[in-house]
Amino acid sequence: MCIFPKQLKHTATAAAMLLGLAAGLAQAAETINGAGATFPYPIYAKWAEAYKTKTGTSMNYQSIGSGGGIKQITARTVDFGASDAPLTVEKLNEIGLMQFPMVMGGVVPVVNLEGVKAGELKITGAVLADIYLGKITNWDDAALKKLNPNMKLPNGKITVVSRADGSGTTFIFTHYLSKVSPGFKEKIGNNTSVAWPTGVSGKGNEGVASYVQRLKGAIGYVEYAYALQNKMTFAQMQNKAGQFVKPDSETFQAAAAGADWKGTPGFNLMLTDQLGAKSWPITGATFILVYKKQEKTETAQQVLKFFDWAYHHGGKMAEGLDYVPMPASIVKLVEETWKTEIKDASGKAIWTDGMVQK
Amino acid sequence: MDISRSHISDTISGRQRLMDRFFQALTTGSAWLVLVILAGIIVSLFVGGWQALVAFGPKFLVTDEWNPVTERFGALVPIYGTLVSSVIALLIAVPMSFGIAVFLTEVAPGWMRRPIGTAIELLAAIPSIIYGMWGLFVFAPVMSQHVQPWLQARFGDTVLIGALFQGAPLGIGMLPAGIILGIMIIPFITALMRDVFLTTPKFLKESAYGVGATHWEVVWNVVLPYTRVGAVGGIFLGLGRALGETMAVTFVIGNTHRMSASLFEPGNSIASTLANEFNEAVGDMHTSALIALGLVLFMITFIVLALAKLLLLGLESRDSAKS
Repeated sequence: MCIFPKQLKHTATAAAMLLGLAAGLAQAAETINGAGATFPYPIYAKWAEAYKTKTGTSMNYQSIGSGGGIKQITARTVDFGASDAPLTVEKLNEIGLMQFPMVMGGVVPVVNLEGVKAGELKITGAVLADIYLGKITNWDDAALKKLNPNMKLPNGKITVVSRADGSGTTFIFTHYLSKVSPGFKEKIGNNTSVAWPTGVSGKGNEGVASYVQRLKGAIGYVEYAYALQNKMTFAQMQNKAGQFVKPDSETFQAAAAGADWKGTPGFNLMLTDQLGAKSWPITGATFILVYKKQEKTETAQQVLKFFDWAYHHGGKMAEGLDYVPMPASIVKLVEETWKTEIKDASGKAIWTDGMVQK
Repeated sequence: MDISRSHISDTISGRQRLMDRFFQALTTGSAWLVLVILAGIIVSLFVGGWQALVAFGPKFLVTDEWNPVTERFGALVPIYGTLVSSVIALLIAVPMSFGIAVFLTEVAPGWMRRPIGTAIELLAAIPSIIYGMWGLFVFAPVMSQHVQPWLQARFGDTVLIGALFQGAPLGIGMLPAGIILGIMIIPFITALMRDVFLTTPKFLKESAYGVGATHWEVVWNVVLPYTRVGAVGGIFLGLGRALGETMAVTFVIGNTHRMSASLFEPGNSIASTLANEFNEAVGDMHTSALIALGLVLFMITFIVLALAKLLLLGLESRDSAKS
């Protein structure tokens, strides 16, 4: 049942694109196809629209989920795939793919506590992990009181809310909790969907958000953009440097800048628990997957051109939708990697410096 | 008869005969196509779920663990959730539908029958996601603030059934899911029951009324025995729908892979597990386990429908033996 609205949406998108195509027939009617993660869909769609107006090249993106995106690119039915979780180097090499981070987002803990405003409650990763493990069950627990000495926390049961559907959000969240809590790593672990030992689960960000807003004493985790747009009561998190930070564009970028992209093969990097006094600890990038060896040079160039344009000109649009653009240093690194790693059938580099659309 | 037929056959052109043969082939083909598609679905579910079925064996059906991280999957929790929520739905929908159908056919004045009947049929036209959203935003708060605390206070300490009403009254869980499902299948069961009740010959009912029978006596002793087969068919149609319902259940069941005796606790059904996890299931084993879960749902529905058919056959043969 759930597939229908999505398909309808795709049909609508496709129809809209066709209309656009008809209107701009004079321009070169080229199309690049991608499929994958649902989290970046709104920004990819926005970029596609703007890029089409500018260049005439359409980008058709199907948000079928990261798993689906990986399957589609493996089957070579699309020009690029998209995944919220980075693939391991072994997996990349096995299929012959390279991946690069495209845009970032953060996961924020949100609560429903009477009298507590957004950004007031302070939480550490270890405490958050214990809450999700079901070890801390009451809001007046000593560990929470110690972190929030000046706050009046109610004596009430904590209702833990998690994501029911497999999602990049859960992947980033559990990646972080596994990193900071050995107990969490052992009992629950890191995946797009996990076996939660306690609480209820909602479908999608909206499901988690509505559960949290409905249940008194609830805690949940949602995409940053979602918390912001719905004015939810988010909490401060302690980062690796021991500082308490609020989630915003600045702290997400700090996490990305603090990460060691250069020393990580295949950009297989999660931005959780990064160094830096300002880094938001539960940050993650979403990734694009392309083949290292390209059969169709033209199409491959179009794909890279699109993402190059998005890197250099799409930042504002991303921020408008509450995504976080990649810092310039990382964009440079990614485009360097394009030069060395993506080749055509004869082994010639597909991307050259001259193609950058500054 | 014979004369006219031979006369016609003389004038039938070859084209007409061809058309007829084509029509026959078309209908036969359509009928077979359904069977082929059915077989195709079963085969592809088997193929897709093979990895999980081989890895976990029959234990797949009785293991309550569902852990995508360690890739250990068992279908017990979703099977339990599917069955329990459907049973709750039937417990609510069957008496309600029966009451509505009786009211519409026997009790209501003529001018009321059509509008109420249409209103109930309209209920069936509401998309299930609307039921889900209504369930989460309107029904769940009422449940958690009024209904569940009352149930807990009234029955919480009762022996045996007390265990059904333990835990925090979230308004989300097995009971709310069952109730929403019940509301969803009422129109199906009602419409069928009403239609079969209407088939009762008037003279039977009139005779019963004539000897002084009450409405209830007429329904229970005349209408129901006459229409038993159709009424049971309606109930099973509703059950089939309840077993496979996805979106509405996903909204209110709580979507957790834990089994609990309490109806207040969140749970999961097969259909909502599939809806939730299929999109982002990355590992092969996870995908395979989900497809195997789909196979299990298919089997459950199949068994239910087969049982219904057997029951109907039994009733029919008993009826024919009687008459």
